[in-house]
Order: sequence, then C-alpha cells, then structure tokens
Amino acid sequence: MIKDITIGQYFPGKSLLHRLDPRIKLLLTVLYIVMLFAAKGFVGLGIGIVFLIFSFLISGIPIKMMLKSVKPILPIIIFTGILNLFFIRTGNVLLSWHFITITDEGLKTMIFMAVRIVFLICGTSLLTYTTSPIALTDAIERIFSPLRVIKFPAHEIAMIMTIALRFIPTLIEETDKIMSAQKARGADLESGSILNRAKALIPILIPLFVSAFRRADDLALAMECRCYRGGDGRTRLKQLKTSYRDYLSILVVSLFLAMVILANIYIGI
Amino acid sequence: MSIIKTENLCYVYGEGTPFKKTALDNINLDIEEGELVGIIGHTGSGKSTLIQHFNGLLKPTSGKVYIDGEELYADKSKLREIRFKVGLVFQYPEYQLFEETVYKDIAYGPKNMGLSDDEIDKRVIETARLVGLKKEHLQKSPFELSGGQKRRVAIAGVMAMVPKVLILDEPTAGLDPHGRDRILGLIKEYHKEMKSTVMLVSHSMEDVAKTVSKILVMNDSKVFMYDTPEKVFARVRELCDMGLTVPQITRVFDRLKAAGIDFNDEVYSCEYAKKLVLRLLDK
Repeated sequence: MIKDITIGQYFPGKSLLHRLDPRIKLLLTVLYIVMLFAAKGFVGLGIGIVFLIFSFLISGIPIKMMLKSVKPILPIIIFTGILNLFFIRTGNVLLSWHFITITDEGLKTMIFMAVRIVFLICGTSLLTYTTSPIALTDAIERIFSPLRVIKFPAHEIAMIMTIALRFIPTLIEETDKIMSAQKARGADLESGSILNRAKALIPILIPLFVSAFRRADDLALAMECRCYRGGDGRTRLKQLKTSYRDYLSILVVSLFLAMVILANIYIGI
Repeated sequence: MSIIKTENLCYVYGEGTPFKKTALDNINLDIEEGELVGIIGHTGSGKSTLIQHFNGLLKPTSGKVYIDGEELYADKSKLREIRFKVGLVFQYPEYQLFEETVYKDIAYGPKNMGLSDDEIDKRVIETARLVGLKKEHLQKSPFELSGGQKRRVAIAGVMAMVPKVLILDEPTAGLDPHGRDRILGLIKEYHKEMKSTVMLVSHSMEDVAKTVSKILVMNDSKVFMYDTPEKVFARVRELCDMGLTVPQITRVFDRLKAAGIDFNDEVYSCEYAKKLVLRLLDK
C-alpha cells in the first residue's frame, strides 16, 4: 500500500550520535565529506571508512540499514564504475580486446570511486538515521540565520520544510482515501494504456489539490490566530545547546581529518 | 436470499509488522436483501474496515465474503463489477468531487459502468431529483455549492450507479441538524423507491433509531449483535458499558423503569414514547 512508504529515515535511539546537537552533526557530516574527498589514496580512504564504521557502531543503527541506504544509488555506482574502467587508458594494460582496453589505473580508479560514493552515501544516511527531520530543519535554520543580514530567508525556508514534512503523511492518507472513493465509483487505475492511466489520475489529483489548498488555508489562518508573524523575535521551546560531547566529537573528527591529510603527504597512495 | 454474507471474516492491519492490529475478528453475517441496516460502534470498532470488505476494496486476511451469492476475490477481474453492485459512499464524500460540473461528476460512476449516453442522462437527472438538486445546479461547478449540497452531489454520484447495495459511511458527519435530516430523509426515500439494500454507518443513535430496520452493533472488532432496533435497544445497559450512547428517549424510559414506571416496551423514538405516555395517562 501507498502508506508503507517511509518518509525520512529517522531511526529513534539514545546513542551518543542521537544526542549530539544537530547543528554540530551537520557540520561533522560536512567534515566527513571533506575527509573522503581529501583522501588521495587507499590509506586515506581507509581512515575515512574506519571512522564511519566506528560511528555506525556507536549509533546502534543496524548494519543492514547502512546497506539499505546504498541500494538506490547502486545504478549510479555501476555506471561510473564502467566509465572509469573503460575510458581510463593510462597505466599498464591488463586486458585488450577489440576496442576494449582495461588498465590497472582504470581498475584502481573504479574501485576507489565506487568505495568513495558508497561511503559518502552511508555517511550522509547516518545523519538522517540519527537526526529527526524536525531537528534537522531546526539546525538548518540556525546555521543559516546569520545570512539574514543579506536577506536570506532562513526562518521561512525552515518553516516551509517543517510544514512540508508534517503534511506528507497526512496527504498520503488523503490520497489513499480519495483513491478508494474513486475506485468505489468504478475508477480503473490498474489497466489500460499509459495515456488512459494518466487520465484516470485526474479524479484523484484534483480532489487532492483542492484538499491541499484547503489545508494550507486553514493552517495559515490557524497560525495567524496564534499571532504568527514570521521569525523575528520568536523564541523556541527546545533550545539547541552544545555540550562537551559536541566539542569532543569535533575534536575526534578533526583528528581523523588530520590523519587523512598526513596520509596524503607521507604515504601518498 | 441474503445479499451480503460473510464467513469467518478476519482482517489484520500491518500483518507481520510490530504495528499489527486486528480490525475484524471472525465476522459471520447474513444480510437480507431489501434491508435498511444501521451499523453502530465506537471509533476503532471496525465499522469502516468491515464495509470496505463488501465491495472488495480490502482483501480479507482470512475468511470469505459473498455478495449476491458470489464469492469476492474468487475472480479478481470481476472486482470492478462488484463495485458497481455495491456502491460505497465514504466519509466526507464531498472531498472526492473533481469534475467541472455537477452533472459530469454524478455521471462519472455510470460512465465507468459503460452505459449509453441516454441512460447516463436519465440516471443523472433522476438521482439529482432524488437528492433534491435543482436543474440549475447541474451545470454549476461542484466547488461553488454549499457543504450540504456538495454532500448530496457526492451521494448522488454513487446512487446514480443504481447499486444493489448502497453503503454510506457516516453520511451526516459534520452537517447541521437541518442538513442531517435532509440526508437521512433522502436515504430513506432512496431505499423506498429503489427497493435496494442500504447500509448506514453512524455514530448517532438518534439517526439510526429513526431510520433503519436492522442494527448491527460492532464492538472490539467483533459483531456484538445484529437485530431489530427494539431488540438492540433493549440492551441499554450493555450498550452503555461499551461506550455507546442510546437514543435520549430510550435512556429516559430506562430511568423511568428504574424508578418503577415500567412501560413493558423498548422505546427509541419520540413518537412512540408520546403514544405510550398518552395511553398511560388515559388509563
């Protein structure tokens, strides 16, 4: 059923990673990505991987979930892998057959790139696994709020994201209901040509839009009734606070990053 | 002959997940043709789940459903035909309106049935009359109408398919008393005119008591009883224990009985109560 689609992939828990300030987590994720891209050789990459596995173990998120997050981007990995394998012509030739030439350099690049993408995705998924969407939007708001000086609408963007996240399950439920209602009137959604199927969606989309607009109107009214007038001077129920944990984790990540850079300089493979 | 029959019908939401919840537990029912059935039960008792089994929108986890002697889900390709036989009006049906005009919206169901244009036209005009929509409403956009009118258009959209069984889920929810009486009136009239089976899910005992010929009480995913209003309302105490209300007048007479004035009868309508009281006063 349509309801089974999971929105966001927050995996509730009480681990150290769950309790970190979301702003810091966002920053650490950026540092982690820098780490992966800074690594020039397998040793550097290995350090990044060790860091991620270490983080996964702390978070208590099942490794199965980590693999699940990679699944959707598998085609991209395979595609870039094939490109690297066949189009890199430098290095020693390992195999040559008609127009296909495979070199050791190509093979190395393929593996290196694939591993990098996989761990890039795993790392960013770890952020969404351990941070609820609401906490994440909060963090985004706070991180971008200094940009208000240049008229960047940080609060508005965060509010839009929060509302969107809040209404996804509601709208899915609504879609389910409308689909059932139109099916009860004989709507045929499962058979026929693509054109006919697209046409059959009209009786579902129109009521869905109408109800989305109605909800938006109601929500706007309800917010105004409670004196909402934008982000200026708004206080929050849950203040984001950094603690020793956050500073410690920044230190750890910085150490790993330093290790990667050192590996680049001294080992260089 | 029974028009709807269920055998050991069970339905479980989210089977195999930690959120598993039994919504229907071993339901055995036999609903006769031509009956006007009221389905009552508090929120979460399985009413809505049950009616969605009658037109094949939900597939039983186990057990069987027979419509007009035919087993549902025996032949999946026939499901669509079953939906024309069993018309289902959902809660707040006005949210499903989508066409440019009221006429086209009512015609949507009959059109899906593959009827001829003449027949569709006949049915739209006929049902519009039945639900009390004026001719000039037919060419209006459904979104221009009032809440009560929208509701009637949506109900007409299902009635126009002339199903053998018409099922309505809370058709009076969110309407004012006038709109409520109007909807109940037209349901009664439809039942009388079409001589079809009608089922009506409701929270309001008052509505059910004055409309239906049989009552189906759902409690805790099970059928508590299926009988005539007299017999159902005779069990005032049990219904109250379930968290259901009985019509106010029934409660009044129950208290009178406790106070020693016994009318030896179950009262669930004001008219009948008036008659009884007058008879007592005459004596």
